[in-house]
Amino acid sequence: MLGQGDADASDCMNDILAQVATKTESNKNAGNAILYECVETIMSIEDNGGLRVLAINILGRFLSNRDNNIRYVALNMLMKAMTVDAQAVQRHRATILECVKDSDASIRKRALELLYLLVNENNVKPLTKELIEYLEVSDQEFKGDLTAKICSIVEKFSPEKFWYIDQMLKVLSEAGNFVKDEVWHALIVVISNASDLHGYTVRALYRAFQTSAEQETLVRVAVWCIGEYGDLLVNNVGMLNIEEPVTVTESDAVDVVEVAIKRHTSDLTTKAMALVALLKLSSRFPSCSERIRDIIVQHKGSLVLELQQRSIEFNSIFEKHQNIRSALVERMPVLDEATFSGRRAGSVPGAVSTSSGASLNLPNGVAKPAAAPIADLLDLSSDDAPAPSSSGGDFLQDLLGIDLLPTPAATGASQTPKAAADVLLDLLSIGTPTTGQSNLSTADILSSSQDNKILLANLDGLSSPSLSAQAALPATSAPVLDLLDGFAPSPKKQEVNGTAYPSIVAYESSSLKIAFNFAKSPGNPQTTLIQATFTNLSPNVYTDFLFQAAVPKFLQLHLDPASSNSLPATGNGSITQSLSVTNSQHGKKSLIMRIRIAYKINGKDVLEEGQINNFPREL
Amino acid sequence: MIHFVLLVTRQGKVRLTKWYSPYSQKERTKVIRELSGIILTRAPKLCNFVEWRGFKVVYKRYAGLYFCMCINRDDNELEILDIIHHYVEILDRYFGSVCELDLIFNFHKAYYILDEILIAGELQESSKRTVIRLIDVQDTIVEVAKEQASLVGNIIAQATK
Repeated sequence: MLGQGDADASDCMNDILAQVATKTESNKNAGNAILYECVETIMSIEDNGGLRVLAINILGRFLSNRDNNIRYVALNMLMKAMTVDAQAVQRHRATILECVKDSDASIRKRALELLYLLVNENNVKPLTKELIEYLEVSDQEFKGDLTAKICSIVEKFSPEKFWYIDQMLKVLSEAGNFVKDEVWHALIVVISNASDLHGYTVRALYRAFQTSAEQETLVRVAVWCIGEYGDLLVNNVGMLNIEEPVTVTESDAVDVVEVAIKRHTSDLTTKAMALVALLKLSSRFPSCSERIRDIIVQHKGSLVLELQQRSIEFNSIFEKHQNIRSALVERMPVLDEATFSGRRAGSVPGAVSTSSGASLNLPNGVAKPAAAPIADLLDLSSDDAPAPSSSGGDFLQDLLGIDLLPTPAATGASQTPKAAADVLLDLLSIGTPTTGQSNLSTADILSSSQDNKILLANLDGLSSPSLSAQAALPATSAPVLDLLDGFAPSPKKQEVNGTAYPSIVAYESSSLKIAFNFAKSPGNPQTTLIQATFTNLSPNVYTDFLFQAAVPKFLQLHLDPASSNSLPATGNGSITQSLSVTNSQHGKKSLIMRIRIAYKINGKDVLEEGQINNFPREL
Repeated sequence: MIHFVLLVTRQGKVRLTKWYSPYSQKERTKVIRELSGIILTRAPKLCNFVEWRGFKVVYKRYAGLYFCMCINRDDNELEILDIIHHYVEILDRYFGSVCELDLIFNFHKAYYILDEILIAGELQESSKRTVIRLIDVQDTIVEVAKEQASLVGNIIAQATK
């Protein structure tokens, strides 16, 4: 266009445009066409306040015209006008809202897109209310679009968690089947973060379930929440003043989950989630334990591998592991929202800013970078909030450690981590590599963590793949189960092959020295077992000692818990920690590792970081 | 610019096509089939603009005939609606209360008139009167030529009798 970017030309045009715009009569189509062209021109030339106002007014008139064509054209134009003058467009919000409900499909679509651009913090509440009301009466093809838009609006602009959960519940009840996976995953994250709202959420979900149980996603979220917060539901804990009391007995709650399992229309994910929820409930409601067990046992012969496996495992927990059952199903630790947003940013571009995506993040555990943050959640050695990673990928899968089982060799059963299905299987897994070694480390974890409360809570991660493998193969089951029953640490069966590889001083600073001793795992030349020894070189005692390490992609790292987390001063004692590193490029590339050590001196945090390059070449 | 003009009956028969962009024969049939499908199934109350393959198609229904024009994304649709109406009015003035039969039997005239109005996908002549005058002039030339041809024919016939 001539006037774009050129102030002089624009000035000349101004007069003409103003004249044309005011004089043209718009009862004929030709007139409208001319006005439309005028408006378009005004929008693209240099800024002129008066003309812009004129243009927006014309568009406003178009919007209330009865002719569909004119309205369509006006909506189109308004979208472009948004970039120029958002305020003016806001004034027409009501009319645009009307257009969303128009009978013409193209107008509806355009209006919805325009509304989506218009949403900001102030008007989000009434807008969402209107959109949700419309959701109930809209037709099927439109519902999908509408649902997606409502969900993203709610997520971006929700002023408080309570409102967010409320709206999402309404959407789920109406159009749950159209809701995408990431959306309800996000909802669960938010729910678990809003700890004061747990009671309210679970009660609302219970009520919603009674009315609209055919929405699959609603059922899933409800089942998960009831499993987690069932006791809050039954005891009416944390009532908000707007709620009316609802009496729910324990068996009612179990009913809900049972219905979810038994329905023919429930798909694999829902049934799998329901099984886990039942397990949780059995520990929270001891009176219903037998009944729950019956339900679970019914699936022992299920034709679906996933359900059969879970049913058998849980049954074995019932029979043999009563004592740890409650520890197993304690409340899930709170999922870190920031991490989740950071992760989502990979899959949802531009939604939330991510942290600097270093190629080597600092996870503490199995080193697949994508899996890092929530791998750590379940990893026993760390309870820090993990560094957000900027990779995309489904958050909940990582949470549940799907990525943590790179080659679940030992357990044939868990060989097929189907996206959502195995997700909850791994909820109970530490995500340790399922080699014989992991069983031993599990045992070590159990033994060393007796005193450590936090680690016990994370026993949520009792390695169920290895457990199930043992349950399924009776030959090998005895040793592991005995380990668990007796909590007797078993001797590490790794052969120490320390003579072949020299130990190195991995890191040395004025206050800390780390030495690595190496051993090769007997059958596997690619795996190195490292024994790290930390020595305090300063006169202060270090508390809350935490060692983290990260490795590049061709290596896999597994960290066992440290012998203690307090390092006495000046060499009076040391902490040892075992790590194992598997080098997929064994022989071609040598090991390399970045480390981070965090500890407290007299309550003050200290952080040290470094890189270890001096691994022996042959490892 | 206008990429093509398409006249389709309600039953899907094509009465007139004019292409201002390169489309191979196969592509043309494909496009026609696709567009007919989309436009003929639209309800009457819907608006006259359809987004299709990154272009906009503006259509208007006159009696049993759909007049469709395909334009770029950034063109003014209302303007095209007017161009369609302009064309129909000229046809009306020329044939005197035009109906579909006129277009079937005098399709060549319809093409001549369209060529007077649109060139290379843009509006060329916006005056109805000029177009009518030009087509009338063309008609007289045709008449004169026919006369002369029949005259010559007569002469030859007489000479060879």
